[in-house]
Order: sequence, then structure tokens, then C-alpha cells
Amino acid sequence: MSTAVVRPSVIRLHSRPFAVRFANSAVPFLLPALTINAAIILVPGLLTVAMAFCEWDGASAPSFVGLDNFRIIFADPVFFSALFNNIKWTLIFLTIPIAMGLGAGSLLVVVKRGRNFFQVVYFLPVIIATVVVARVWQGMIYNPESGLVGWLKVYGFNLADPLTQPPTALYAVASVDLWHWWGFLAVIFFAAFRQVDAAQIEAAVIDGAGFIQLLRFVLIPAIRPTITLMMIMTIIWSFLAFDFVYVLTQGGPAYASEVLSTLSYRYAFYNYTMGPAAAVALVISFFGLIATFFYVRIQQREAIR
Amino acid sequence: MNQNLGRGTLLIAYLVLAIAAVIALFPLSLMIISSLKKSTEIVANPLALPSALQWANFSRAWTDAQLGRSLLNSAETTGVAVILICSTCSMAAYALARGTGPRLRWISAYLLGTTTLPIQLYLFPLYFIFAHLGLIDNVFALSIVYTAVFSPFAIFLLRTYFLAIPKELEEAAIIDGATRWQVFRQVLLPLVSPGILTVAIISGLNIWNEFLISSTFLQSHDQQTAVVRFYTLGGQYSSDWGEIMAAAIIIVAPAVGFFLLMQRRFIQGMAAGSVKG
Repeated sequence: MSTAVVRPSVIRLHSRPFAVRFANSAVPFLLPALTINAAIILVPGLLTVAMAFCEWDGASAPSFVGLDNFRIIFADPVFFSALFNNIKWTLIFLTIPIAMGLGAGSLLVVVKRGRNFFQVVYFLPVIIATVVVARVWQGMIYNPESGLVGWLKVYGFNLADPLTQPPTALYAVASVDLWHWWGFLAVIFFAAFRQVDAAQIEAAVIDGAGFIQLLRFVLIPAIRPTITLMMIMTIIWSFLAFDFVYVLTQGGPAYASEVLSTLSYRYAFYNYTMGPAAAVALVISFFGLIATFFYVRIQQREAIR
Repeated sequence: MNQNLGRGTLLIAYLVLAIAAVIALFPLSLMIISSLKKSTEIVANPLALPSALQWANFSRAWTDAQLGRSLLNSAETTGVAVILICSTCSMAAYALARGTGPRLRWISAYLLGTTTLPIQLYLFPLYFIFAHLGLIDNVFALSIVYTAVFSPFAIFLLRTYFLAIPKELEEAAIIDGATRWQVFRQVLLPLVSPGILTVAIISGLNIWNEFLISSTFLQSHDQQTAVVRFYTLGGQYSSDWGEIMAAAIIIVAPAVGFFLLMQRRFIQGMAAGSVKG
């Protein structure tokens, strides 16, 4: 800093070519991270794209088959039920956890005492391993022998394990993920609400706004960019959903809770058909890229504003 | 503001927040209670407190799931991956924060794009490549995979920390004869160390908990991570739930302890990555 004061002209001379000169010296700084990223994601990713047009069992030599793999997956009724399950999953996660997160996040703005305690409690499920969360719900809640569902028998409710019933399996899995997930949104939305101009909130309250009006006319409009971002991420993540389905039901019973990612995994590691597995992975990526496109577009519009 | 919204509103706010807290804590308390009960007690009434504390569940879980060995594997994988992520990504983040031009913009777009791809897109070929190269059951190879998976998040978060440092600071050091590398190591890294710590905490916790990638690349019993070992413990119905919940607590405890210790930085880091985008 002292140099800047003593020799301001020199600084100005150097500051223009600074970025230009850096374009070359940036390479060694980027190289390690990009090499690892390319070796693990880009190259295998491109191989998957190629594999989507080949027939391969994982052992013998692959052979080119054109669009056959896409014909195979489009002829598979499970593909469409899995796609439909992803859409249901997206709709569930676009509404319930976002509403819960906005509700809890805004109530944390209202209260002053205990904010930190509630934040930590809501965030606890987020940091617990998926597999552990899944087992706790499977054994202690859904299980008709050892869980809450079994205990309800004492009171005359004879319920089966919702994970084993085709009509409820997907919702039972989604409930577990929802419990694991909503606290993250509560914390994110609370952080965003805290950046809302305090004077604006005060003014609304002095004008006689109740909590609901405050939420609707001040708080939510103020954090719209954060809500939009979270909704786009929700869409992306909903098409990537894998862990809870795989651990709790493996897509069953009778493919009732199958989603695209578990279907892809089934094609690859159960049926040893890499071609259709790759084709499904491409379909998932396609949805992700559409969402990314909208994300970038919205970011640009925000930047212009 | 509390006064203006009225006591009634405040009361309802606390009530709703408390109900939400109960929802968050209920399954976790079932986990803790059950870990200290006999399985016959759990079946008789899952909500009842244990009649006598069954600490034996914990010792059985420890030996049955070989938790000593698998926790060590988890710690090793997480440690190596976190070191790789922090070192490679802080360098890349610096380059992306300071450089300009279309090439760097393309690199940013590429990194953003990879975060939306399903793991399945690169998992299958990677598995066969690793199998061919004899890298299955190799903790270091698995750490490299994690480094790639978490690098976009780490780079974007660290980039914001580098952007917050005034350029004049580096220009001054460069004029004084320091090389780019010296500036990075001695001037900038200490300044972004809070960001590096945040990246280490968030990626570390996620890697400790990760299931799909580690179960694919670490397959022999001796090499499996704690989470994967836990998954193989007990079938769906022929299960000793007391023992399984005890194992769950042993695996979750380091993560929860770490979170409670670092909660402020953790929550701030999560929020910083998402608020405003």
C-alpha cells in the first residue's frame, strides 16, 4: 500500500497490462485443478457420450450401434415411469421444502432470541450421512416391527411399511430426503432475509403490516434472486436424485420408486448394458444443461439490472 | 420490531419454530434411544426409554462393522482429498479471480456445467478405467475423484475471497520484485485462509458422508469407508436395530461434533455460496 502512495504513476503504468500478462502466467495456477477435473469428469464423460451410441457389456470390445440404445430406453416402460417419478420429485421439492425453508427462515428474522439454536437444530439432519439417515427412517420409523409404524398397531392402525407399497414408495423416500434437506434451505433463506434493509422492515411494521404481509410484500420480494437460484438448483438436484432411492428401495418395489439415475445404475451394474446406461445418463445431463442455461440467463439479467 | 409485531405473533413464531425443531430432532432422538436398547425392547415399544442401558450394542457394532478400520479409511480418504482440494482449487480460484478473457470465461462455464452433470455420466467409464489400471481399493485414487467432484464448488467459493482482496496489494508486491508464486503463497494465501478453512470443512464433511462414489471404488472389506461398511450391516428385516443405531452414532458423532464446533463458519460458508448466487 505504501508503494501505491509513493509511486502512483508507476502503478497506473503497470495496471493496464496486468491482466494481459496474467493470461499467460495463469496457466500453471489452473493446471493442477483442471488436469484432475478433465481426467475424472471430462474424459470419462465424453467416453459415456460415445458409449451411448455403442453396444458394450463392460468386457468385450464395444461396437457402434447408432441410436439403438435410445430406441431401447424409449421402448422400456420403466424409463418413462422413472422420468415421471423425477418430475414428481421435482414438484415435491419445489414446493414443500422451499415453503418450509421460507417459513422457518422468516420466523427466525422475527424472533431475536434462540436464532442460533434453531439454525443449528435445523441444520443437524443436513450434515448426517445419507446412508445413516436412510437406516434410521427405515428401522425406527417405517419398519412395521421395530419402527413407529409398527408401534401404531397398538392403537389399531395396521399399516404396512410404506417403502414396500408401490403407491407410497416414492413418497416415503421423498419424505426422508425432505427431512434431511429442508433445514439447508431454512438456513440459506434466513441468511438472505438478514441482508434485507432493516429500515424497510421497520417501516412496514410501523405501517401496521402483520407477519404475513411483511413476508409477502417485503421479505420475499427482497430475496427473489436467492429463491430463484434455489429453485433452479432444486430442479437440477431433483434430476440427479440417487442416494436415498438407492439405499431405501433400490427403485422398487416393481420399479415404483425408480428414478432416472437409479435406472442408469441398474442398466450398468446389474444388467451390464453400458449403452442404455450411458443413454439414460445423457438424458439426465440434458435436463441439467437446460436448467444451467436458464440459470446463466437469469444471472445475466440480474447483472444488467 | 419484536414489540411492534405484537406478543401474539412472537408467541406463534416460537411455537412454529419449536414444532420444526421437534420434527428435526425426533428421528435423531429415536436413533439415540434405540442405540441403548435391546432389540426386543425396540420391537415392544420403539418410543420407550431403555430399561437398562445396553452399552454392549456399541462394542458389538464396533467389532461387527470393523469400525476401527473403516473409520480410519474414511479419515484417510477425507484427509487426502481435502488437502488436494484446498491446494489445487485455491490456485485455480486465484487465476480465475485475477485473469480476464474468453478462455477463462469458458473454463468457468465448463466448471459450472460439471456441477449439473449426474455422477453416472462419468462413473461408469471411470470405474472400468480404474479397474484396468488396478486403482480399485486405492484410497489415493478415490481422493482424486473427490477432488474433481468438489473442485467447482471450491473454486467458485474461493474465487469470491480472492476478488475481495484489492489488486493494488499484489501489484505493489510485484513491483517490489516478488514473483507471481511468491505473491500467491506469502501475500494472498494468508488473506484467504478463512475461505480455505470453509472449503475444507464443507467438502470434508461431504466426503466423510459420501456413499455412491466410495462404494464403487473401494470394494474389499479392509478398504471400505465407515459409511459403506455401515450400509452392509444387517439386512432389511433380520436386523439388530440396537446395534445398527449404535454403529450409526459412532459414524455420525465425529461429523456432528465437528459441525457443532465449527457451526458458525459452516453455516456462513454454505450461505455465502448460495445467497446472491
